[in-house]
Amino acid sequence: MSRPLESDRDLIRTDVRAWLAEQEAKELLRFITCGSVDDGKSTLIGRLLYESKQIFDDQLAALESDSKRHGTQGERIDFALLVDGLSAEREQGITIDVAYRFFSSAKRKFIVADTPGHEQYTRNMVTGASTADLAVLLVDARKGVLTQTRRHSYLAQLVGIRRFVLAINKMDLVDYDQGAFDAICADYRAFASRIGIEDWAAIPVSGLNGDNVMGRSEATSWYTGPSLLEHLDAVPLDAAADAAKPFRMPVQWVNRPDQNFRGFSGQIAAGAIGPGAEVRVLPSGRVTRIDKVVTMNGELDAAVAGESVTLTLADEVDCSRGDVIVAASDPPEVSDQFEATLVWMADEELLPGRGYWMKLGTQSVTVMVQQPKYEINVNTLEHLAAQSLALNAIGVVEIATDREIVFEPYGVEGSSPNRALGGFILIDKLTNATVACGMLHFALRRALNVHRQHLDVSRETHATIKGQKPAVLWFTGLSGAGKSTIANLVEKKLAARGRHTFLLDGDNIRHGLNRDLGFTEADRIENIRRVGEVARLMADAGLIVMTAFISPFRAERHMVRRMLPEGEFIEVFVDTPLAEAEKRDVKGLYAKARAGELKNFTGIDSPYEAPENAEIHIDTTKLSADEAADLIVEQLLKRR
Amino acid sequence: MRETVAEADRPVMLYSIGKDSAVMLHLARKAFHPSPLPFPLLHVDTTWKFKAMYALRDKVAADPAIKLIVYKNPEAESKGINPFDHGPVHTDMWKTEGLKQALDTYGFDAAFGGARRDEEKSRAKERVFSFRDRNHRWDPKRQRPELWSLYNVRKAKGESIRVFPLSNWTELDIWQYILREKIEIVPLYFAAERPTVERDGLILMVDDERFPLDGEAAVMRKVRFRTLGCYPLSGAVESEAATVEEIVAEMLLTTTSERQGRVIDKDAGSASMEKKKQEGYF
Repeated sequence: MSRPLESDRDLIRTDVRAWLAEQEAKELLRFITCGSVDDGKSTLIGRLLYESKQIFDDQLAALESDSKRHGTQGERIDFALLVDGLSAEREQGITIDVAYRFFSSAKRKFIVADTPGHEQYTRNMVTGASTADLAVLLVDARKGVLTQTRRHSYLAQLVGIRRFVLAINKMDLVDYDQGAFDAICADYRAFASRIGIEDWAAIPVSGLNGDNVMGRSEATSWYTGPSLLEHLDAVPLDAAADAAKPFRMPVQWVNRPDQNFRGFSGQIAAGAIGPGAEVRVLPSGRVTRIDKVVTMNGELDAAVAGESVTLTLADEVDCSRGDVIVAASDPPEVSDQFEATLVWMADEELLPGRGYWMKLGTQSVTVMVQQPKYEINVNTLEHLAAQSLALNAIGVVEIATDREIVFEPYGVEGSSPNRALGGFILIDKLTNATVACGMLHFALRRALNVHRQHLDVSRETHATIKGQKPAVLWFTGLSGAGKSTIANLVEKKLAARGRHTFLLDGDNIRHGLNRDLGFTEADRIENIRRVGEVARLMADAGLIVMTAFISPFRAERHMVRRMLPEGEFIEVFVDTPLAEAEKRDVKGLYAKARAGELKNFTGIDSPYEAPENAEIHIDTTKLSADEAADLIVEQLLKRR
Repeated sequence: MRETVAEADRPVMLYSIGKDSAVMLHLARKAFHPSPLPFPLLHVDTTWKFKAMYALRDKVAADPAIKLIVYKNPEAESKGINPFDHGPVHTDMWKTEGLKQALDTYGFDAAFGGARRDEEKSRAKERVFSFRDRNHRWDPKRQRPELWSLYNVRKAKGESIRVFPLSNWTELDIWQYILREKIEIVPLYFAAERPTVERDGLILMVDDERFPLDGEAAVMRKVRFRTLGCYPLSGAVESEAATVEEIVAEMLLTTTSERQGRVIDKDAGSASMEKKKQEGYF
């Protein structure tokens, strides 16, 4: 418990209820302090606590005895000892983690994240800054703007802090010289404009003596700006900006006490909501209205960003933990590939290609991180080539999630950052350690503002009407292996049994849908992706689809497999040895390829990656086309 | 709390019957309303709490929407461990060991506690989700970074997490909330005439006949308690404050900090809480 300001004591004596009401109305500002080990940061915070009368007499007595034992100020009180917590760091004389302090002024409550200055502790600073509205950067008046000052400015800005205070400390040691102060300001101004920090103020202080900490100091009569506390009382808060944004609420928990109540609990991340508001449930895209805003203290007419509520919806729609309820008219994007900044926080380096858990809002997915596009040198802000990211490294990467997630770009010019839907952590799947944090920039795929429309006639309905189970029979094999021939026979046999089918043939598709594509590796991948999408749509419509494409790469066949529900992708490997296919050469293509007239021909100068676990393996040297077709039909129909 | 319930297998709420527990329980009811609490309460009992605390505990447990588990370390019980004869061993066996045993016995993998960062220096660095290894040990170097409001609740079998939903509350926040939400707290927080004796500069309440008086007579004093634990270890303060408002006023105008009345922190100087935490104390 901390003591009230001196000025409040009379009110507490006479009307404590009125005083308590004043306390409840106070706004909350969260800020971080950063500086290097010797900038006197802990002393300044200790001074803030002391001057705002946040220290009890017994704590002060302990402080005095501690000061004599561990202190660095001789017989004087060492305010830093009020702040440094763990015994390990007392021994080392440095702060080694993020500590949170609480104090208040007449106008605001403050939570201070005290973050360390040592280079190896970048991760702690990023942690402390992630929830802060403002950063106080400590600068030693004798040393001026150091590399660390620039690094801390950059890191704070990286996690979305827009307001900065340059606390030029130890002014007592430069005789409160205005010239020293002005020189440091000019130096920082040049740097701030270079990295785009617009909102900053410099204040000359002495943590040791208390100059310009609470009130303005006589010693700096040339300084006309506010004291540190006056400034902290006046800066705008991010919470106000969040409330003005479109509505967003990540669903934390489905609240279902019995059959008669189904609510969705979460903390409102942005905007406001009330009964009747039209909302969209993402990623499904289903639109409905808010029925009630439920709390234990009664139903609300309106709730805003920061409040934890339970929403009931007008329609029975699928919605579970990880979904996001958003303003129907202004939804965020949905995607599965992004560019992001990563801050690596673990001793084990990033392994590009390995799957990590990604937690963003209440969504948990598997994510794969590509090799970094570049690493950022936090001291020089240069972009460096990088194979990986080590502890405290910052890099820009492309990431792919295993399913679509709802997101917003983290940084927004001129507004508060989208922390809830733009910030994420990565978790090692083996150790469960939090290994990185990240901020999403944008989705890599275009057309992502197109939201999926919910369809009332489902794929199950389509299939039921046709009385069959949809499937994609994916024929793969060398050119001339017999894919089209066998697929054609299979379709005839299925049609004869009254099955609804469709055959997508490679050559035919290349005359229409894919006539813009050539035969480079990239074009062949896109060719297969499009065919996969078309096959999936047809399967959604309830059809049994056959595709006859060489589809030489395992990765692309796997991609199509993942587009479809489990069990619907049936890979048919039409296995004809190259020599046999070349001997048949029905279309005369092998001859052309051998003559060099056809480039990138599979089997000749482009590889064919045979399936490893095809559902159906047809050896054309042993089976006739008709026998093969019978076998496939039999396999298909015995599926349950 | 919702994050924990959504991601942990067997959450539990540690219920100490004090004012912070009362606030935490109230918040939990709000978080899950209209559902009943999706986890039980666990009281790690030392058999030395104040009678008034047991009375409130039993009243809370009478609510059909609440399941309360009371756990007493059988070894401490059989050996008759008590604060008068056994000193620091009392807290160690009943509370620290008792808690570990209870969590292991029921297989709880996440436990809510009411600790706040403003209470004590080493608490200021505590995470909201504090990770404990298989032996319930707290390793300050292995704590996970907590960014934004994203909490990593994943852990291996046998490991557990202590969750502190009140981390960023101050003591004044607690009292304001009790007042605003009309939360019932143990009457010992309010001043009343109580039988007391002085020991080592602390005013202790003679709550039952187990208090060894050696012929000394208990003195009636108008006192209240700022924190509640085992009654022989909880120092009272002389006070006239009989309402929450009066407590707040009195507290704000006095000059001693909250944990002052507790014997427990003084065992090994100011680093003692940190040491206790490493050993598994909550």
